[in-house]
Amino acid sequence: MNGRTVRVAAGQGFWGDWLEAPVRQVNGGPIDYLMMDYLAEVTMSIMQKQKSRDSKAGYARDFVPLMERILPEIVRKRIKVTSNAGGVNPRGCAEAVLEVARRIGLANKLSIGLVTGDDILNRLDELIASGHPLANMETGRPLADIRDRVLSANAYLGMAPIVEALQGGADVVITGRVTDTGLTLGPLVHEFGWPADDWDKIAAGTVAGHIIECGAQCSGGNLLKAWRSVKGLENPGFPIVEASADGTFIVTKHPDTGGVVSVASVTEQLVYEMGDPRSYITPDGIADFTTIQLKQAGRDRVRVSGIHGSPQTPMLKVSIAYFYGYKAVGTLVYSWPDAYDKARAADRILRLRLKELGLEYEEILTEFVGADATHGKLSGRPDPEAPEVQLRIGVRAAERAPVERFTREIAPLVLTGPPSVTGFAGGRPAVEEVVAYWPALIDRRQIEPFVRVEILRA
Amino acid sequence: MASKAKKRNAKQARRSPAESRTAVPSSRRTVPLQLRWLAHARSGDKGDTANVGLIALEPEYYPILRREVTVARVGRHFKGMVSEVERYELPNLNALNFLLHGALGGGGTISLKTDAQGKVYSTALLRMEIPVPADVARMLAPALRGTRR
Repeated sequence: MNGRTVRVAAGQGFWGDWLEAPVRQVNGGPIDYLMMDYLAEVTMSIMQKQKSRDSKAGYARDFVPLMERILPEIVRKRIKVTSNAGGVNPRGCAEAVLEVARRIGLANKLSIGLVTGDDILNRLDELIASGHPLANMETGRPLADIRDRVLSANAYLGMAPIVEALQGGADVVITGRVTDTGLTLGPLVHEFGWPADDWDKIAAGTVAGHIIECGAQCSGGNLLKAWRSVKGLENPGFPIVEASADGTFIVTKHPDTGGVVSVASVTEQLVYEMGDPRSYITPDGIADFTTIQLKQAGRDRVRVSGIHGSPQTPMLKVSIAYFYGYKAVGTLVYSWPDAYDKARAADRILRLRLKELGLEYEEILTEFVGADATHGKLSGRPDPEAPEVQLRIGVRAAERAPVERFTREIAPLVLTGPPSVTGFAGGRPAVEEVVAYWPALIDRRQIEPFVRVEILRA
Repeated sequence: MASKAKKRNAKQARRSPAESRTAVPSSRRTVPLQLRWLAHARSGDKGDTANVGLIALEPEYYPILRREVTVARVGRHFKGMVSEVERYELPNLNALNFLLHGALGGGGTISLKTDAQGKVYSTALLRMEIPVPADVARMLAPALRGTRR
């Protein structure tokens, strides 16, 4: 580890992560970049729904007040921010941040890099017509089958537009559907001048991004190994990558924070959501996870090295969200004695009532929380002495009406079913719209020419 | 001294016949042991597929995992819960990665399951028993030392 290092800190692992984390990353010690990942597979569709109601919405709204809290320090310390908080409206997000910057006296002191071109919702018909079926990667069905129900469609962009924005002088880079890993890789490519076809370096920066993209999940949060020994999680230290130009890096966290950075904590994150480990595919290249070497290099410091990569594929992944139908989940709690048997009896009664009413569902699923909800048949025989068991029953249908009626059949069980039942104070369960995910591939030449980077000044 | 001998006898009496047979070299005698004593794990989702990364608690347990936690055995463990199992090896991390297809009731937002994103399939795999050399098992599991839970 000779020479200069670049420190990229993770501030959010998902939309809804701990709001204090980015503030503590900025104030807790030296960092060069703050990386904030907001987008999960279905997040885009939620944002699209918000945008359809309000053309100024469609991004991670809490990003703006968060930036208001940290912008003065970021400007003072010259920390740069990369984030895909822009969702389906990165321009709206960037404008909101600019407005805040001006209001708190940072006019002329902040540049925002705005990345667009991932959103292909308005291009779908043209793409399908010109021979891009956008077939579902899991089922093979062409997108035409559900075209009229599509709510959002975004190609996953890689690190290239982030590098371009940083080279253009951006302090804060706001994107739509850029990969989680690109938010970390971009700064490293920019800082070290790695060629975009230095596949081992690209893979190393990608692995660095994967390790910190879920925030504290690599630094003691959700760590199973010796979980009782993980201390101080009331103040979890979010991860920081200290990268070197040779592609090796250290994963660490600020001093005086809780959690732990160990070979075990990093390994658990590495295998999270893993497919074929030899082929972790991103728009920027392919990383071989079987080449990663981890070594404890001090307290809360893990050295990562040895990573090999291979060239990028000609395709980009596309994340499409479409309207699927409706669902609802209702719960009731049955108490000792015979809690499980009472809950089962209630389930039988409810199902008979639904059948009697002639209601049809794509699926009805019953789980007994406290008995079998998470491990199914592996849970073994239910404990007849269990203090309580929660009946949890869910239904899903293409139409709203049967789901709506289901939500009115839960409460009546309290007075018309098995005894010692409680836990219905929340009232009737809500009917939820199901927005499903449709992963597809597209030739990157159909996307990359449309990607735009603009530098906006406060 | 006498009381110590008595304790030792009591301990031997608790052992199964297979364990106390000394003619078989200790390394070849095996006893069933839950994976929780040998590995930690984390799981996640991709569509209707759950993945479970199974990580050896100590590097020397990895060969045992590699040998015993087979696709066939994991398939039997999750029978009725998943449609197909794939396995990948990561010797560099002392880990195996399992893909459990059809595990999530449709996955993502479609699924009605509590664990729609497969977050705790990890611990469901740790329930599985594999045959482990008796001496290793004795060293590892409180269950075999008499504090059975």
